[in-house]
Amino acid sequence: MKTIIYILQKEFIQVFRDKTMLPMIFFMPIIQLIVLVNAATFEMNSINLVVVDKDLSTSSRQLVNKFKGSEFYHLKESTFSLKDAEDQILHRKADAILHIHKGFEQDLITENNGKIQLLVNAINSTAAGLINAYTTMIISSYNNQVRAEMINMIQARPVKQIKVSTSFWYNPEMNYKTFMLPGILVILVTAIGMILTAINLVREKEMGTIEQINVTPIRKHHFLIGKLLPFWIIAIFELAFGLLIGKVLYQVPFVGSIPLLFLFASIYILVALGIGLLISTLANSQQQVMFIAFFFLIVFILMSGIFTPVESMPYWAQKVNVINPFSYFMKAIRMIMLKGSGFFDVLKEMLSLFVYAFIVLSLAVWRYRKVA
Amino acid sequence: METQNQIAVKVGQLSRSYGKVKALDLLSFQIVKGELFGFIGPDGAGKTTLFRIIASLLLPDVGSVKVGDFDTVKDFKEIRKITGYMPGRFSLYHDLTVEENLNFYASIFGTSLEENYELIKDIYSAIEPFKKRRAGKLSGGMKQKLALSCALIHKPEILILDEPTTGVDAVSRVEFWDMLKHLKTMGITILVSTPYMDEASLCDRVALMQKGKILTIDKPESITANFKKEIRAVRSDNIYQLIIDLREYRHTESVHPFGQDVHFIEKGGISTTATELTDYLHQKGHHHIHIQNINAGIEDCFMDLMKEE
Repeated sequence: MKTIIYILQKEFIQVFRDKTMLPMIFFMPIIQLIVLVNAATFEMNSINLVVVDKDLSTSSRQLVNKFKGSEFYHLKESTFSLKDAEDQILHRKADAILHIHKGFEQDLITENNGKIQLLVNAINSTAAGLINAYTTMIISSYNNQVRAEMINMIQARPVKQIKVSTSFWYNPEMNYKTFMLPGILVILVTAIGMILTAINLVREKEMGTIEQINVTPIRKHHFLIGKLLPFWIIAIFELAFGLLIGKVLYQVPFVGSIPLLFLFASIYILVALGIGLLISTLANSQQQVMFIAFFFLIVFILMSGIFTPVESMPYWAQKVNVINPFSYFMKAIRMIMLKGSGFFDVLKEMLSLFVYAFIVLSLAVWRYRKVA
Repeated sequence: METQNQIAVKVGQLSRSYGKVKALDLLSFQIVKGELFGFIGPDGAGKTTLFRIIASLLLPDVGSVKVGDFDTVKDFKEIRKITGYMPGRFSLYHDLTVEENLNFYASIFGTSLEENYELIKDIYSAIEPFKKRRAGKLSGGMKQKLALSCALIHKPEILILDEPTTGVDAVSRVEFWDMLKHLKTMGITILVSTPYMDEASLCDRVALMQKGKILTIDKPESITANFKKEIRAVRSDNIYQLIIDLREYRHTESVHPFGQDVHFIEKGGISTTATELTDYLHQKGHHHIHIQNINAGIEDCFMDLMKEE
């Protein structure tokens, strides 16, 4: 027990003296939470729209005015030439073209069937999908209006319409920051736990200090506990620090229980530390650690459900996610923070992570004994 | 012969390979308690491998090593308590201060700096003024003193020093050997390896090693005394040409440069006189020729043994 305290003491002295580690611990959360939470958003704010209105009728102007009135659209210009408009997309000056054919109003009145063409730049399919959805919404609202007016003119009594009122649960304002912050926190805690642990252990190898440690009567498990515990503490601190930033900067709601989140995190971090330890047994230098860790992180992050929901991934990908520790924590932290889920709601994830931690740590310690 | 409990290290039929390379090839020897024992040999002779096995850092392929009564494989925990190991490369924490390094190693061994201060006083006092300095910022000689202090902090019975004087200036080397002699008076058995032949004479006994084998093992003075061949130190104005010409001489067995001289050994003892040799060299165009019969040094013996292998 005493030995562990001595190692802890030594580790903390070293961490606080390290010129790269300390900034990483304090600045990484601030930068990530400020930059990423604000920048990584799915809301489209300024869709550059070019209107090709060949009809120039009352109806077509009404429709265009609907777009003008929307905060999401920025009407670039109007032209009569579809070719000009296409050039705008080609030169990345416009995101979409609204093409209203000649005789639009005529068709609407006589044939009850007006036609509009929407051309979207789909280089970024996510953005294209959003533009399509927004535009369709505006057009259909205009459509309802037209129908109501026309039927009213004939029948002189209000038309029956189904009104859909939507309310978004757990994130009523559809605030993207509320959704992103927990996700960024997961990345942060994992990166700190995994990379710092691996780097720290490999550095002992790189500097040769492990030789001197190995000839002492120190027990392997004492040494490893002394090595892992500081980063467990730092990762927990990191989570608290990140939550505080979220609260102060973004007023992100915290519906669930804070102790439950920390209980969950404390198990989750064991997995991160275990992977870090495992990486350290595979690598001989800090560069190698960075390469291996980078590989793991990219795959884990993109599959974790931080941007795209895990449920919409193909079946095999969802199965692969069983070994992705990110996905468990990503799900649970959002459930606890935004939905207020209780202990039993996240118990399944917690138990899975517990098993995961046990397996990965045993594997890492076994490999560590073999290598060292 | 010494009784069993006076043996500090006993190595029997020890072999160790790295892949196809045989680093150690069936070594057997004993080291007596309180001895200052040197392992001399070029790089790649197997010195570090041998030391790592004795320090229980590496497992032998074949054979056994006993330190005191303990087996390096079975009782490695006991061995780590009674041995102090100083690796060839500086292996203390660069980002900890001199004092922190010492205290850390002391506490891991369950002791303290104060408790064993007497033992390391002579060595530590030289670096004590810099105890607040980070170990990485020390000079080579000071690093070496700190490493030795750390290896001694738990009062080991056996001290294993892997090339402690490599890369250290001449003055610090002399100082270091003085420290070792002092430690020897305290009854500590010391195993030291070095690539420098001149340090051999400072040991009680030496083992000359090459390619994982021990060529000879004896007191340094016995090794030189047992050398039967006559050696001549030859000097001339063109040392490079001298080596070439001597190698071509009909009675030559071996020619090696030694500083300003060239050491020359003939086949089957002296058959030519100094005058004959001088005439030969004059003929080859050498001037200022100087020939002298000398006693063999450790290096001469080693060169000769290496050749026979």
